[in-house]
Amino acid sequence: MKNFSNTYIFTFSFIMVVVVALLLSMAAMQLKPFQDKNVEIEKKQNILASIRIKSSVTDAVEKYAKYITDSYVINNQGIKQESVDAFTIDLKAELGKPAANRLLPVFVGTLDNQTKAYVMPLRGKGLWGPIWGYISLQPDMNTVYGTVFDHQGETPGLGAEISTEWFQKPFFGKTIFKDSTEFVSIKVLKGGARKDDPHAVDAISGGTITSKSLEAMLDSCLVQYKPFFIHNRQK
Amino acid sequence: MSLLNSKNFKLLANPLNLDNPVTVQILGICSALAVTTKLKPAIVMGLSVIVVTAFSNLVISIMRNSIPPRIRIIVQLVVVASMVILVDQLLRAFVYDVSKQLSVYVGLIITNCIIMGRLEAFAMGNKPWPSFMDGIGNGIGYSIILIVVAFIRELFGSGAIMGYQVVPQSFYDAGYINNGMMIMPTMALVLVGVIIWIQRSFNKELIEKE
Repeated sequence: MKNFSNTYIFTFSFIMVVVVALLLSMAAMQLKPFQDKNVEIEKKQNILASIRIKSSVTDAVEKYAKYITDSYVINNQGIKQESVDAFTIDLKAELGKPAANRLLPVFVGTLDNQTKAYVMPLRGKGLWGPIWGYISLQPDMNTVYGTVFDHQGETPGLGAEISTEWFQKPFFGKTIFKDSTEFVSIKVLKGGARKDDPHAVDAISGGTITSKSLEAMLDSCLVQYKPFFIHNRQK
Repeated sequence: MSLLNSKNFKLLANPLNLDNPVTVQILGICSALAVTTKLKPAIVMGLSVIVVTAFSNLVISIMRNSIPPRIRIIVQLVVVASMVILVDQLLRAFVYDVSKQLSVYVGLIITNCIIMGRLEAFAMGNKPWPSFMDGIGNGIGYSIILIVVAFIRELFGSGAIMGYQVVPQSFYDAGYINNGMMIMPTMALVLVGVIIWIQRSFNKELIEKE
């Protein structure tokens, strides 16, 4: 086996690292536009799914234009903020700001029967990484119309089940206000929710931490919209 | 055809059966259990692994005489990691839905024992072309098992192949139900076990002497 001097080893590693860094950053730059497009399509699919409209990669953009008829940004007092595009808002960055400065997006969907559905984005911490989603409310700003939850790396078969239909379906029709003024959000209960409980759903066995995180996400994200909900509710 | 003479061909063909990385060397089981519920992610995962084993074998073999032995594992890791990142970026750009299903397992190709094993055992001591063939062979050996397992799991677990429903509705009406067990990673392990059993009953030389 050849003997290599220390200088050689250092030079070798230096050159190797520089070459690899150049190569990878170039690849990342070249592929970025494609990846961004995919992320945008996925976001549109998610927003559509939260108002219970199925879309594929190919028709998502078209359907989004058809069903999402309006979108705006509000602050935590429920006052509309002008000249900001709701779609481009990075919720992660907003949640890092003080509550009063946050920009909160609202997407308004118009369903086939002409009723409206109001979509709010959600973001929180799961067990292993971030979890996020969208929740849509009926015009009474109280009853859940649809939900979408997703995650980065929750445990497959346990926490990862939050993205499945069987977990999300029980949310439909639940209400987030008690006696129309008290905000209670929706609880995700270990051991199962009572069938007639309007503010709770079943948690996932073995996925307690993710279930609890999801509950916390719903609460912390939706409570910011409380003034907006109260102000805009239609009987 | 000196590039595909019998010696090189052996490098390509051996890992498919007698030296299969999954069923004989028992490497890469983790991802074989995780990405085989559906056929499509299994195929993409197989292709990704073929690309990574082949090209990291090639690159390491080209550099083998200039790699200082003291830092060779680090050099191998850097090469494998950058290959994997490249593959991951490409998947994200062009097959986004599959890349999401594969999630962390693409990144975990880095730790797939098959790759480091082949680099250390083969590419460090052989010329580029045989190393490349060895990489492709091992990648294909791994993919075959993945695809067989995924085919069985998707067919019986979801009644579909490549996402297309193949079990007709009339079967379901007559009381047939998809086997939920097939979706679980446990069944993948059982299937791999069955494949090993079948393989050994055909190749007696694989059976250990008492």
